[in-house]
Amino acid sequence: MIPDMSPPTAPSPRILLDAPRIDRILRRMAHEILEKNQGPKDLYLVGVLEGGDLLARRLRDLIVSFEGVEPPVGAVDVTLYRDDLSGRGGPVPFLRQSHLPIPVDGRKILLVDDVLFTGRTVRAAMDFLIDFGRPSRIMLAVLVDRGHRELPIRADFVGKNLPTARDEKVEVDLTPGTEAVYLTRSEPSGVSHDQ
Amino acid sequence: MINKILATGAPPFGPHLLSVSGLSPEVLTGILDTAESFLEVGHQTVKKVPVLRGKTLVNLFYESSTRTRSSFEIAAKRLSADVINVSPTQSSVTKGESLLDTVRTIEALGADGLVIRHPSSGAPAFVADRLRCHVINGGDGCHQHPTQALLDLFTIRKRMGRIEGLKVAIVGDILHSRVARSNIMTLARMGAHVRLVAPPTLIPPGIRTWPVEVYHRLDEGIRGCDVVMALRLQLERAAGGYIPSVSEYARLYGINADVLDRLAPGALVLHPGPVNRGVEISGEEGFADRSAILSQVEFGVSVRMAVLYLLMGGGSEEAFPDKGGKE
Amino acid sequence: MRDREGESLFVRNVRFFDPAEGVSGFGNVLIRDGRVESLGNVSPSGTVREIDGNGGLLFPGFVDLHAHFREPGFEYKETIASGSHAAVAGGFTAVCVMANTDPVNDTADVTRAILERARDVGRARVFPIGAVTRGLGGEHLTEMGRLSEAGCIAFSDDGKPVATSRMLRRALEYSRLFARPVIDHCEDPELSNRGVMNEGSVSSELGLSGIPNASEEVCVARDLSVLEASGGRLHVAHLSTAGAVRMVREAKRRNLPVTAETCPHYFSLTDEAVRCHGTHAKMNPPLRREEDRLAVIEGLKDGTIDVIATDHAPHASHEKEQEFDRAPFGIIGLETAFSVSLELVREGHLTLAELVYRLSARPAAIFGLPVGRLVPGGLADLVLVDLSGEWKAGSRGYFSKSRNSPYTGSVMKGKILRTIVGGRLVYDSEGEGCG
Repeated sequence: MIPDMSPPTAPSPRILLDAPRIDRILRRMAHEILEKNQGPKDLYLVGVLEGGDLLARRLRDLIVSFEGVEPPVGAVDVTLYRDDLSGRGGPVPFLRQSHLPIPVDGRKILLVDDVLFTGRTVRAAMDFLIDFGRPSRIMLAVLVDRGHRELPIRADFVGKNLPTARDEKVEVDLTPGTEAVYLTRSEPSGVSHDQ
Repeated sequence: MINKILATGAPPFGPHLLSVSGLSPEVLTGILDTAESFLEVGHQTVKKVPVLRGKTLVNLFYESSTRTRSSFEIAAKRLSADVINVSPTQSSVTKGESLLDTVRTIEALGADGLVIRHPSSGAPAFVADRLRCHVINGGDGCHQHPTQALLDLFTIRKRMGRIEGLKVAIVGDILHSRVARSNIMTLARMGAHVRLVAPPTLIPPGIRTWPVEVYHRLDEGIRGCDVVMALRLQLERAAGGYIPSVSEYARLYGINADVLDRLAPGALVLHPGPVNRGVEISGEEGFADRSAILSQVEFGVSVRMAVLYLLMGGGSEEAFPDKGGKE
Repeated sequence: MRDREGESLFVRNVRFFDPAEGVSGFGNVLIRDGRVESLGNVSPSGTVREIDGNGGLLFPGFVDLHAHFREPGFEYKETIASGSHAAVAGGFTAVCVMANTDPVNDTADVTRAILERARDVGRARVFPIGAVTRGLGGEHLTEMGRLSEAGCIAFSDDGKPVATSRMLRRALEYSRLFARPVIDHCEDPELSNRGVMNEGSVSSELGLSGIPNASEEVCVARDLSVLEASGGRLHVAHLSTAGAVRMVREAKRRNLPVTAETCPHYFSLTDEAVRCHGTHAKMNPPLRREEDRLAVIEGLKDGTIDVIATDHAPHASHEKEQEFDRAPFGIIGLETAFSVSLELVREGHLTLAELVYRLSARPAAIFGLPVGRLVPGGLADLVLVDLSGEWKAGSRGYFSKSRNSPYTGSVMKGKILRTIVGGRLVYDSEGEGCG
């Protein structure tokens, strides 16, 4: 347990990023992605359900508007590959359907997730992809990197680095019109959050 | 992400699957959606996911069944679980070891999950009350066969695109059929209109309260139906006096290409298998794409993967909070 | 027990009540030589042991016409000692025990052995019921004369019906010689056809094979027709269906020599209980539907059903802890019968007087037993009860060797405080726990 150093505050969410800011960040990320890959060729965006799905499609739309070429977009539910399912006890969630429109073999996969935290979700997503086929490369793009990594994982494209306390919670809402990134302090529960 | 989902609401499902009677439409849909994801696993390069790695499933079958047992076995192996098949022969049962002693032994050996098929109705529930591992009813007497009903539901949804509003006729020995009992519950709960078609001797007594319409004549019962589910006829029913002969049954209740003309266009034929050819179903080669019998087998694996994952994927500590002083 | 008469006791401060004798009042009861000497405003004379009733209700001891004590042969389920202990803990001072032991009670030797054992145990009075046919085989009548002389007070093949109409006719005719009733377990085995619970919507849902009401009613109809032709006295065991109640009512209206019993579970539970109580709700006849339950209550109200018996049927836990269709039929009942039956009074179906009558004087009269009365000169078989006392069934275990009861864990009203047989205190709720 990390001792709580700050005085107790009401758990009202604080807005870290608002809609215009998110939009600017995503435009920058799309440019970086295209620059680093020398264009959209062989690029294959895969959102990690469920936070990464909308984000991957936003990035796809930006790439289309910059280059006029539409990279394929998939989505994966990595629950089955998580390492903390049996540790948590109790019920597991129903699965959402993963969707990979074309084979991953030989493609440059860009994994997309909203928040990078412990890195365990990304590890699970990579295992999923490798069981599915053999990509030529896997990259990682995240909107927010909040630190506290538990695995040697680093994002290739980061929207915003946001240092946080471990017991805080970062929530990303990408619903068109109400886009925002919030910070909330959750009640200490002893459960490690993984976002 | 997952925490968010887990935080909402009560446990949706588990710790056992003994009957479909308590499953809400939301849970049924969740199971089918999960099964849909597992259909994908069958298309991966590595047809296996690690979610039940290190867990042991025991198939305890007191009745022979190649298809249900192997379906559970494949499902468990695709989830990376270890599988052990135990098939006590009838003679060893009569020799004396009680069901309770058998399952307690299996539990002591370290099983995390137990699929049990048993000729006595209620045996899986009886066992589940006395064990600390997940119990899945693989078919008990004339009571329930939950995974069969789920895979039938999945097959219908997959092939017809929906369940709500469909007319489904279940034809055959309803009286002794656990498949019928489970299907009536799941289909009705998902909004299908269920008809039962059988001679009066094979309709269970006191079913006025069930959400079904009862027909005795096949042509009336299946007219306009979207799905016909033929049940397996145990051939010894004739000796029990329920029907005068198997051939009269086949003549009155057999599904053949002529009968199919009375169904709605694009209707499906299901059968839990194994089929008595020439009794419940004849001339299947003339059914074109209306027979879903092989799809049922294929989808059965995905549905059972979903069930095993949902029951056994989590930890076991909190799954049995109320266990303790039971005798 | 009868050998040991001679006990004297002074019971102070009770409300004594025997509706059959019109006895009702406050005061004390003086017992001398195993019999009630005087009631009311009496004082102890000489040095007599005294107990204080604390204002509790004192009834004539209850009489059970139908119990299985399993001895000889099945002592792992129950013995005469444990069964008698259960009986007095439930307020029963006299118990008629069925013949389906091993060996069957079809010879005078077995009858005498049972009586001797009961005398040694010295709690409840035990009255053996002899078999109708040898070995319960349904083929040869037992020697009813010798059995009667040895102490059998009635005849029954209980566990199954008297196998054929012809055999029933002979049994009813022959038993007239000794003025003993024939008790029949009414069931058509063909219709029951390996059924394990009541046939109906619950059995259909649970996938368990059913025993239809007709199974009982076909046999009651047979028995009544045979009775009309043969004479003798018929006592119908454990009525459970509306149709059977109707037939017995009609037969009584025509003055046929028939009496009938039911059991607490048939008027307190329905087949729904199978869902939660499993094999502890498995008995034969099975728990029926609500309309049958109500008809049984109606039968008790109008006297169609003469008595409440327990059909106390102990089974070891390894026998009941099985698949439903493999477990044996039967539940224990002696220790819960009074409290369960008292519900009928609390719900307004019976008066307390009617209930006490159907548990004591009426059953004693049917089998001609010299018990069941609380009058000066009568045997001092008495039970002291706290009607509003609450207790939880089975919470301290049972005195019976077995624990196959659907009532375990139920909070009940009506506590048996003390039981006296022949002037001896044979049960004191304060004094003992049970094992």
